[in-house]
Amino acid sequence: MTLSTALAWAIDLLAVLLLALGLKGLSKVRSARSANGLAALAMGLAVLGLLIQQPLSAVAWLWIVIGSAVGGLAGLVMARRVPMTAMPETVALFNGCGGMASLLVALGVALFGAGEAGLVEGISIVISVFVGAITFTGSLVAMGKLQGWIDTPGWTQSQVRHGVNIALAVAALVGAFSLPADPAGAGLWLLLLAASLLGIGVTLPIGGADMPVVISLLNSYSGVAAAAAGFVVGSPLLIVAGAMVGAAGLILTQVMCTAMNRSLLNVLFGGALGGGGGGPVGGGGDEAGYTRITSCSAEECALALENAERVVFVPGYGLAVAQAQHALRELAKLLEANGTEVTYAIHPVAGRMPGHMNVLLAEADVPYEQLVEMDAINPEFPRTDVVIVLGANDVVNPDAKTDSSSPLYGMPVLEVDQARQVFVVKRSLGAGYAGIKNALFELPQTAMVFGDAKVVLNGLASELRDLGFGKKTAA
Amino acid sequence: MSGLSQALWVLLLGSLLGLELIGKVPPTLHTPLMSGANAISGITMLASLTLISRAGENPALLALGAASLAFALFNVVGGFLVTDRMLAMFSRKSSNRTSSNRKPRVER
Repeated sequence: MTLSTALAWAIDLLAVLLLALGLKGLSKVRSARSANGLAALAMGLAVLGLLIQQPLSAVAWLWIVIGSAVGGLAGLVMARRVPMTAMPETVALFNGCGGMASLLVALGVALFGAGEAGLVEGISIVISVFVGAITFTGSLVAMGKLQGWIDTPGWTQSQVRHGVNIALAVAALVGAFSLPADPAGAGLWLLLLAASLLGIGVTLPIGGADMPVVISLLNSYSGVAAAAAGFVVGSPLLIVAGAMVGAAGLILTQVMCTAMNRSLLNVLFGGALGGGGGGPVGGGGDEAGYTRITSCSAEECALALENAERVVFVPGYGLAVAQAQHALRELAKLLEANGTEVTYAIHPVAGRMPGHMNVLLAEADVPYEQLVEMDAINPEFPRTDVVIVLGANDVVNPDAKTDSSSPLYGMPVLEVDQARQVFVVKRSLGAGYAGIKNALFELPQTAMVFGDAKVVLNGLASELRDLGFGKKTAA
Repeated sequence: MSGLSQALWVLLLGSLLGLELIGKVPPTLHTPLMSGANAISGITMLASLTLISRAGENPALLALGAASLAFALFNVVGGFLVTDRMLAMFSRKSSNRTSSNRKPRVER
């Protein structure tokens, strides 16, 4: 064993250790940021260890520099530019590219025989191509759905989709089994095509509300793809790291499912919420179903706020879309200056992703202690004067507690219907992500304020200033 | 064969480690954790580098390896930076909590 090999081994071991510590630290608030840096450092070490071990020709270096520059710069620009609201789809995009990378490695080895031609390598190539392709197309579909580029086509909600997906899976298997005879033949392309379509086929029917779970699961897949690529090129470090991320991603997916009161199987095979539960999509109804809606102006809402002692804001995706977090903070400051108690009720899955609202409000410098989680705030609603729901829908639907026929039944919700007065700021009466009617909107204490969250909040703030708020310095 | 059995042990122990590492995660951290784990899965760039090192003079293989490296690095660099951006907001918040002065700072 040469000195450089020994050194490379030591670096590899250190890298694995740091990766594990990084992953662990990421699950605790206090250590999360340094843990992220630790994991990045570990990644750098792993690359260093590899470069020490493998002598590279000049032409290889050239291609490495080109690839690194393109990918690294694109990642840098993307990470800097992307708005916080688009975080979930950004993670999906990154994830899909990770899957693509594993897929390309396996393709290269298969097409050009750049590895050993054993059974293990063959199986690893199949897994790498299969999982990598599903991760890539699935992540892109997830991203498209979150961005609103892709709708849920009707046929994907019928049983037909299971037939289509099973056919695709069989096609992929056929391709895989023809590989030992001809590693770079038509079977490889059949496998690639079928797996890519399968990624689309399984992601497309899933409703937007469940997308975070899907992205988390696809994240786990990209770990599996990386581990498979580790078998393909014979890198133990890659196998450990890939397996670790694959398993951790699975746990995280489970944790998210629990937070949303959904089972993973239901998310994957139940179709969009509303179509689930075995019955036809009859019970939900659509936006035409509302009969007792009261709508009001910003002025009326401001009057209610003026007299309120305790106000709770319930942020949702509408707030994120309208980029209204700063407007919200301004309004809250006015209220606080007047002695009103202001808190924010955070539902674990409000927005498009768990933790979405925390990130958004943190950006507007909302004090941490004013963000109250669901279990802590629910007992407080009966003594709350005014609740303002900002572009949230399903997470405040009282049917989840009372109506056992509702598709949402059983999901923990914010019990805003217990408050004295509820204002719902919303662009229209359109259904939420679950696609069902919200009984809250028809309650006598509820009034709708139609409009973009930012416009409405700015309007409220100026109404309050007209009422003399913000001029007194009393606290 | 011993190489394979070793690799399978590595796979098994790595999976068990991953299952144990993440226990209770507060909902606040779901997104950053997912994003961080996602960046780590970009470690497949090691496979891309290996592919390039084995490519010899084959231009198609070199290009394929470089493309794979670009995708993986996009995932790694973007993933870690985006995670840091998210987590920076939390830490800024907690440092604000300790100081009495809560003026919003204009950093970004």
